[in-house]
Amino acid sequence: MLEVRRVSKTFEGKRGVKEVLKDVSLRVAEGEFVSLVGPSGSGKTTLFSVIGGLEKPTSGEVHVGGRETTGETGHVAYMPQQASLLPWRTVAGNIELSLTIAGVAKKKAREDALEWLRRIGLDAYADAYPHVLSGGMQQRVSFLRALLSPQRLMLLDEPFGALDALTRGRMQKWLLSLWEQNRRSVLLVTHSIEEALYLSDRILVLSSSPAVLVEEIVVPFERPRREELWEDARFMELRGRIYRQLEKDGGEEADHG
Amino acid sequence: MDNNANRWSRIWPPVVVLAALLGIWQAAVAFSLVEEWIVPSPAGVVQEAMKPNVWPRLMEHAGATIRLAVIGFAGGSAAGFVLAALLHLLPGVRRGVYPLLILSQSVPIVILAPLMTMLFGYGLLPKLLLVVLVCFFPVCVAMLGGLAGTDEGLRRYMRMIGSGKWTLFWKLELPGAAQSMFSGLKIAASYSVLSASIAEMLAPKLGLGGYMVLSTKGFMPERSFAAAILIIIVSLALFGLVALAEKLVIRWRPAKEEVKRDA
Ligand SMILES: Nc1ncnc2c1ncn2[C@@H]1O[C@H](COP(=O)(O)OP(=O)(O)OP(=O)(O)O)[C@@H](O)[C@H]1O
Ligand SMILES: [Mg+2]
Repeated sequence: MLEVRRVSKTFEGKRGVKEVLKDVSLRVAEGEFVSLVGPSGSGKTTLFSVIGGLEKPTSGEVHVGGRETTGETGHVAYMPQQASLLPWRTVAGNIELSLTIAGVAKKKAREDALEWLRRIGLDAYADAYPHVLSGGMQQRVSFLRALLSPQRLMLLDEPFGALDALTRGRMQKWLLSLWEQNRRSVLLVTHSIEEALYLSDRILVLSSSPAVLVEEIVVPFERPRREELWEDARFMELRGRIYRQLEKDGGEEADHG
Repeated sequence: MDNNANRWSRIWPPVVVLAALLGIWQAAVAFSLVEEWIVPSPAGVVQEAMKPNVWPRLMEHAGATIRLAVIGFAGGSAAGFVLAALLHLLPGVRRGVYPLLILSQSVPIVILAPLMTMLFGYGLLPKLLLVVLVCFFPVCVAMLGGLAGTDEGLRRYMRMIGSGKWTLFWKLELPGAAQSMFSGLKIAASYSVLSASIAEMLAPKLGLGGYMVLSTKGFMPERSFAAAILIIIVSLALFGLVALAEKLVIRWRPAKEEVKRDA
C-alpha cells in the first residue's frame, strides 16, 4: 500500500543545513496498522509531509498504491494533530468537503457523512459549527473524515495528543472498533508507547537528528484487542524494550505515562 | 430573554448620555450662554428642518448624497476586493504593491478632492472617483491581510488531501478572510459618506455637503446643523447595514468572538 524507499530530507536554513530524515525506508501493507514512535523533534511530521507530498524528499521515493507519488498531494487521508475543521462549515459540511475534494460525488459524500455521524452518535451535531463541539468530539469528527475519505492510506499525526488521559483511552477504544469495521492502511504517529502497542500490528522506532529507523517490532496480540492488554507480561516487556530504545537515542522526551 | 435583557442593558446608558447632552445644549441656548445665531438649539434645528420649504429640499439633497456614497462604496469595495484577490494569487506582484497599499492607509485621500475637481470638472465623475478611491484602499488592505492570515494548520490539511490553488482560495482563504473583509467594508462605509459630503462641498450644487456650505454662507445655522445631522444619520445607517450584512453572512461565530462578547 505504502512504500517509502530510502527517503532523506535536509532543510537548508539560515543556521546551516539540517539533516532531518536519513535513509528512511518503510512499508505499510494493505489493511495494516503501523505506528511510528520517536522522540520529539525527530522528524515524524516531516516524514508525513514527505509521504503526503507536501515536501519533496532530498532523495528517495514514495509509492502509494503501487504508483510513485513522490511530491504529489492528494493520495492520503490525513488526520492532523489539531482537528483542523473549517470553522465556517458545519460538521457534516466539513466531512462532505474533504470527500468531494478527494473525488466523491457531492450527494454520496453528504449521505455518507450523515450516515456515519449517526453511527457514532453525533447526528445531533451534523448541522452544528465545530466550535460548539468539545475537543474529543472534534477529534472524532476529524477521524471520521479521514476514515470516510476514499484514499486507501490514512496518516494520523498524534491524533489524541491534546486530550486528557481518560478521554484518550476512550478514543483509542473507539478508533479501534471503527477501524476493525472498516479496515484501512494506517500509519500513526504517537508519543505514547502504550497507544502504539494497543492499536498497531507493527511499531517502527525512530531515532532523532537525523531520524533513522532503529527498530521494528511486530506486535503479537490477536485482534480484536482485549482491554486487559495492559496486564499482559509480553505487553510490559515490549513496552520496556521500546522505552529503553528511545532513551538510548536521547531525544528531548519520551512519553511513557 | 437573557439576551434581550442584556441588549437593553447595553443600549440604555449611551442613550441616557446622549439625551443629557442634548438637554445641556438646549439649556445653554435657552439661558443665552451661547448666541442663537451662532449655535442654534436642538429644538430650533428640528423646527427649521420641518418647515415645508426646507424639508423637501433636505430630502432631495440627502438622496443625492446617499446615491453618491452608495455607488462609490459599492464600486470602490468591489475594486478593492478584486485587486486583493488578484494580488493574493500573484505573490510576485503583491510584494511590489502591498507596501504601497499599506502606506496609502496613512494618506488622507480626501485631500485629493480639489485635484479631482480640477481634473474632471464639477460633474458627478470627480465626486464619484473620490468616493471610490476612499473606499477602495481599506477594503483592499483588509482583504489582503485576511487572505494572507490563513491558518497554517488548515492550509496544510487542505493541501495534504489534494486541494489545488483554486480550491484553497474558494474553500479556505476566502471564507477565512470574511471577517477582515467586513472590517474593511465597515471602515469604507463610514468613509464613503464623509468623502461624498466633502466632494459635494467643493461643487455645492447637489447633496447635503453642498447644502451645508450654502446654508452657512447664507447665515442659516439651523439648516447647516440639520444637514450635518442628516449626514451623520446616513453615515451611521450605511455602517449599520454593513454590520447587519456581516451578522447574516458570518453565522458560524468563531471562538474569538464568543470570548469577546462574554468579556
Ligand atoms: N520547513 C522546515 N525548515 C527547517 N527545519 C524544519 C522544517 N520543518 C521541520 N524542521 C525541523 O525538522 C525537525 C523535525 O521536525 P518535525 O516536526 O518533523 O518533528 P516531529 O518528530 O514531528 O516532532 P514532534 O514529536 O514534536 O511533533 C525539527 O528540528 C524542525 O526544526
Ligand atoms: Mg510532529
